[in-house]
Amino acid sequence: MAELMKTIGIWLSAYFTLSIFSFLYKDNPFYKLAEQIFVGLSAAYWLVYTIYNILIPNLFNKLFTDFAHNWILLIPMALGIMMLMRMFPKLEWLSHYPMAIMVGTTAAIAMLLAFQSDFLSQIAATMVNPFKYSSPVDIVGTILLIIGTICGIYFFYFSKKQEGFYKIPSKVGIWFLMVSFGASFGYTVMARISLLIGRLDFLLRDWLHLIR
Amino acid sequence: MSEDINLTKTLRERRIIFLLLVLAVAIPIIFPFSLKTHSTPLTEKAFNLIESTPAGSPVIISFDYDPSTVTELQPMAIAIIEHAWRKNHRIIAMAMWPQGSQMADMAFSEVQKKFGEEKVYGVDYVNLGYKPGGMVIIQTMGRNLKTVFPKDTAMNDYDSIPLLKNIKTIKDIKYVVSLSAGDPGLRDWIMTANGKFGIPVAGGTTAVSAPGFLPYVNDQNQLSGLLGGLKAAAEYELLLGYEGTASRGMNPQSIAHLLILALIVAGNIRVWRNRRKEKMAKEVNNG
Repeated sequence: MAELMKTIGIWLSAYFTLSIFSFLYKDNPFYKLAEQIFVGLSAAYWLVYTIYNILIPNLFNKLFTDFAHNWILLIPMALGIMMLMRMFPKLEWLSHYPMAIMVGTTAAIAMLLAFQSDFLSQIAATMVNPFKYSSPVDIVGTILLIIGTICGIYFFYFSKKQEGFYKIPSKVGIWFLMVSFGASFGYTVMARISLLIGRLDFLLRDWLHLIR
Repeated sequence: MSEDINLTKTLRERRIIFLLLVLAVAIPIIFPFSLKTHSTPLTEKAFNLIESTPAGSPVIISFDYDPSTVTELQPMAIAIIEHAWRKNHRIIAMAMWPQGSQMADMAFSEVQKKFGEEKVYGVDYVNLGYKPGGMVIIQTMGRNLKTVFPKDTAMNDYDSIPLLKNIKTIKDIKYVVSLSAGDPGLRDWIMTANGKFGIPVAGGTTAVSAPGFLPYVNDQNQLSGLLGGLKAAAEYELLLGYEGTASRGMNPQSIAHLLILALIVAGNIRVWRNRRKEKMAKEVNNG
């Protein structure tokens, strides 16, 4: 039985993979069906998973088994119910309050942590003595890091017209930015090809058994 | 009329390119050959973090991805679990993406085939499942892990799991590896687990997101190593001394990259020739 289910699963996967790939030729009903099923399944999976793995263990179980120590959970529960009121136009205003709390707390937490990790630590990371390294590659790399950071930031400094001498760091900054865009493009190509490898490997190995 | 002809031509050319790419990937998969892969410092740094952590240490692997990125991230997950188990680390798996928990189960069962009965659920590894909330969840884990995960995915109580007996907060964890396909994911771990609690964090990401995380591998050790895409997964397999799915993917990857490079060169030559033609036509018209 398990073997049969596995075979059916492989054939379904192959069918949906080919349906999605068919879009490369042109839009067609097979592609549309596969796309809609994917969206529906993902939403259903997420809903069921949330109920069984979050709401039941983190909320209902705690309230039903030890209410005295967990009564405070009634507050997030009420906020959650208020959020669901978005579905009813007359009561939609109730959802604004939990939304406001979510936005406020998340923004505050993110701001504090981002200030530390994306600002202070990043600045500290560029305050490096390049000559503390023994390898010439590391020395050159660190010097490039410092120049690239300064010139890259200068490119976004708009309070002074970038002409004459002031144009030089800006131009250098553009070069560094271009190199980084190129690297990002290279990584993106690699990612897309990897996905194609994954699917073709599945089709050739698991479905068609052309390779071991 | 000429626009219609151009559009048809573009569509036809696109289809030829798609077909060439499929062939460039499929042929090396069917007829494999051996291209060498070398490890890079970013991968070695992640490897060394796991290698230098003492046996018996509790560690977290966060499965922050879903099946859409399984080609790139699952080989990393398998390699990292294998490495951690070789070093006898006790793995706590969790997920910030709903389907991450299933990805963890698949990876554990794959590595379990190599280790057999040696690794026991609840003692050597545990899957705590998915929780939403990103950095808020990690902050809460800094106060009390049990509050966030009262049960594992098998519905065992936190207190009944031997592995978690002495683990109260995330501060008891020796390192975190986040395998991340986006948000929430690695960035939350860097900001919170490393930035707030000072826990070493290593990451595995899709190749698309890797450049965004490179600045975190710095003197401040915000990231203790980064695996970016299938290539890095292949490097990790190389460091562990086996050939897995990532290593096998390097042949088609290289051939496809060569094809894309050739196409970029051909495209540029064509644009240059067209410009030259237009320029000459203009000169003829002017004089």
